[in-house]
Amino acid sequence: MAAIYSLYIINKSGGLIFYKGRMDTNDSLRVASLWHSMHAISQQLSPTTGCSGIELLEADTFDLHCFQSLTGTKFFVVCEPGTQHMEALLKVVYELYTDYVLKNPFYEMEMPIRCELFDINLTQAVQKDRVALLGR
Amino acid sequence: MPPAAPRSGDAIFASVERVNAELFTLTYGAIVRQLLTDLEEVEEVNKQLDQMGYNIGIRLIDEFLAKSNVSRCVDFKETAEMIAKVGFKMFLGVTASVMNWDADGTCCSIVLEDNPLVDFVELPDTCQGLYYCNILSGVIRGALEMVAMKTEVTWIRDMLRGDDAYELQVKLLKQVPEEYPYKDDE
Repeated sequence: MAAIYSLYIINKSGGLIFYKGRMDTNDSLRVASLWHSMHAISQQLSPTTGCSGIELLEADTFDLHCFQSLTGTKFFVVCEPGTQHMEALLKVVYELYTDYVLKNPFYEMEMPIRCELFDINLTQAVQKDRVALLGR
Repeated sequence: MPPAAPRSGDAIFASVERVNAELFTLTYGAIVRQLLTDLEEVEEVNKQLDQMGYNIGIRLIDEFLAKSNVSRCVDFKETAEMIAKVGFKMFLGVTASVMNWDADGTCCSIVLEDNPLVDFVELPDTCQGLYYCNILSGVIRGALEMVAMKTEVTWIRDMLRGDDAYELQVKLLKQVPEEYPYKDDE
């Protein structure tokens, strides 16, 4: 059963608004802004026109799948190499974000997500997918 | 894995949870009445409705994108069609059509055949300057701003004011793509 190591959501300015994983806060913030920059640079470096940035990064010990919405919010997941259906999971996370985060009138846009309903539904969605949210 | 195909407005409207239309109409009516009581001036109420719509629009756009699976629109014409055919259908259950394009394709009208906000509503003489549905113009403006388009949305025809249809003019002012600050020296 393939494992998901961590999930990040970053706002359009590169700030980390949601993190699920085992890194400490400062490191996760650093990784998020690093990814934001790399993603932006990759769009510039790409030889194809209209490139929308890195979608998949495959390394020896992990895969990183990234989904960017047309509004600039990025959802990315670090998982075991070869894990299937991560794009579908990211779309599900996006839908949960539009429901439990954006529709919460007390949630301030672009700010860190502190929505319990989002956490609960996210855990359910990930478990339903029969992959475990593990740390490393 | 090939990307999922964009869904039609009807399909999405059928799949989401819906609320009683009269409850919706009554709630909106209560909001407008309360704003009129609190702010007293019709112009202020228009502005407030637009601002409320804007705050809704900036959040609504992600829901629209998530549920409809659309890819980036090629030009503003496609954007307008998306709003009319998918957006209005998905959120209000009404069909709208796009017309009156200007020469450079930056300004068009969206005409609503049906408008659930105004069922049972008649404007009294004291509120003649009121754009009762002004929340809709804010929603469109807010939503488009989150996808890098600055627009101006105004009412051309309003049935509550005696016209024969609801017509919104959507004018693209400029595209403001998010630029990575490479030259940021601060």
